[in-house]
Amino acid sequence: MSVSLAGLDLANPIINGSGTFDAIAAHASFGDALCEVFPFAAYVSKTITLQPRAGNPPPRLFETAAGLINSIGLPNKGLRGYLEHDLPQLERICATARPAGARTAGVPLITNVMGATAMELEQLVAACDQQDAIAAVELNVSCPNVSTGLDIGADPEQLREVVAAVRPATRKPLIVKLTPNTADVPACAIAAQDGGADAVSLINTLRAAALAPARAARSGERWLGGGTGGLSGPAIRTVALAQVAAVAERVAIPVIGIGGVQRASHARDLLDAGASVVAVGTESFRDPATGSRIAAELMCVAETQM
Amino acid sequence: MSLAPPHRRELRVTANEALGAYRVLRVAAPDRAPGESAPEPGQFAMIAAVERWGGGGDERPYLPRAFSIARCREGEWHFLLEDVGPGTKRLCELHEGSALWALGPLGRPFALPAPGGRAVLVGGGVGIAPLAILQDTLAGPAPVLLGFRDAAHAQGAALLQDALVATDDGSVGHDGRVTELLARELDSAEAQAGRQQPVVYACGPPAMLEAVRALCAQTGTPAQLALEAGMACGYGACYGCAVPRVDGRYLRVCVDGPVVDASELAEVVEPGAYGEVPA
Repeated sequence: MSVSLAGLDLANPIINGSGTFDAIAAHASFGDALCEVFPFAAYVSKTITLQPRAGNPPPRLFETAAGLINSIGLPNKGLRGYLEHDLPQLERICATARPAGARTAGVPLITNVMGATAMELEQLVAACDQQDAIAAVELNVSCPNVSTGLDIGADPEQLREVVAAVRPATRKPLIVKLTPNTADVPACAIAAQDGGADAVSLINTLRAAALAPARAARSGERWLGGGTGGLSGPAIRTVALAQVAAVAERVAIPVIGIGGVQRASHARDLLDAGASVVAVGTESFRDPATGSRIAAELMCVAETQM
Repeated sequence: MSLAPPHRRELRVTANEALGAYRVLRVAAPDRAPGESAPEPGQFAMIAAVERWGGGGDERPYLPRAFSIARCREGEWHFLLEDVGPGTKRLCELHEGSALWALGPLGRPFALPAPGGRAVLVGGGVGIAPLAILQDTLAGPAPVLLGFRDAAHAQGAALLQDALVATDDGSVGHDGRVTELLARELDSAEAQAGRQQPVVYACGPPAMLEAVRALCAQTGTPAQLALEAGMACGYGACYGCAVPRVDGRYLRVCVDGPVVDASELAEVVEPGAYGEVPA
């Protein structure tokens, strides 16, 4: 059941979506037991930006029918804080993490970065390139361009230019996390590929808003501190399936399928739709062992079919 | 601090009993994982019904709900519930034999008083839950001051022993706020010159916690506050339970709390400002 993703060897096809699992906090909550059966075959960090970010003011969450809108705002220590404080801890955790199906410990660390310009992204990617502990870099391109206001990843031509500008900064695998909030996702995937991406991941959360409930003090006003947020969870699974299939049909590079995966059959659907690897996100909030449970189920099915 | 295993566990409901406006849900405690110790006062669990979690009002609940472990004894964990939303409604329906998912114990517990040190316990509404396990754990007697909105809710005071009660409508006990009882207690403590200053342990709605925080700040009394905030995961993954700290940064209630030293906060913000706790 081991898979290769743009040169990374994974013990199984299940990883985490960026921003849905804080390995440092999880290790503090669960101790070394976390690493004995690590939920994921690769670990994707939260988004890192050049400067530290506090994140959005609360409220940050809104529970929907079979889903969750989050407006977290990418809190992080900034590049320097990440490299100095978080990376050494993540390196230790990833080195001792044994995913389902692996004989030995060790999972690749994928660092997710976001910048408002190609120059910012290039700085971030170049810094990651210098770190042996980082196996691959994922670009979060769901960031508004400061001059146009459009998400960098929403416009194919702009995305191609940004990826092409960043590409020379690293020889490590470069993954582009596509935004679903655009008219033509496959065109953006092709643009990422043309710019030099080694893989694409999708879908990110769907832009969503919620109003304060009738009984709340701010009834009728926007609920989330950030105004809008991103919808995730089972509610978006069918959207993910359509977008993953459409992208996988059009690109030659591997696809990481993400969106509403709760069990092995959902992961199987995304793999059948053309994904090479599947990321679990919101379901890990309900059970931190979701990733390893799904990986074990997939491997069990694979064994009985041999 | 007790470390939970990194997965949710299926527990069996042993009883679900009415306690005034509340219910006390009891479940068979899980077998201890290697290195796991008993839940400590102030720790919590993320719980959800195994069956029919979803399909309630607005097709919710979806996420598990965070509950203080109100008591741990005789092989059971106790939770104090109040039906205020689709998740709590479903949990209130569970009966003996029902299956419950639980991730935990999670979070930073109360720091117990130093040997010989005195404690004052202050609770409001359903927030009295972690004070019960704290009272069970304390070596000596400590004053217990509990506030409720009315007589039906005040029956919840039976969860603890020897509680002084205040009600908003004056139907039971002191007619007014529980913080008025606390002010009286701290005054009498001050009057007893030479006695060691108590530590205040508090859990309840934000307005009550803010009143406790302000009073303790004013009197120089150390206080530990057990906070509540809407959270999706309970173990630091979602970053949803952010609460502003005194330095302007945010703390995560699940991993930096739920118990925080009062000095970590500039204020406990008014109800609703943190976000509705998914109920």
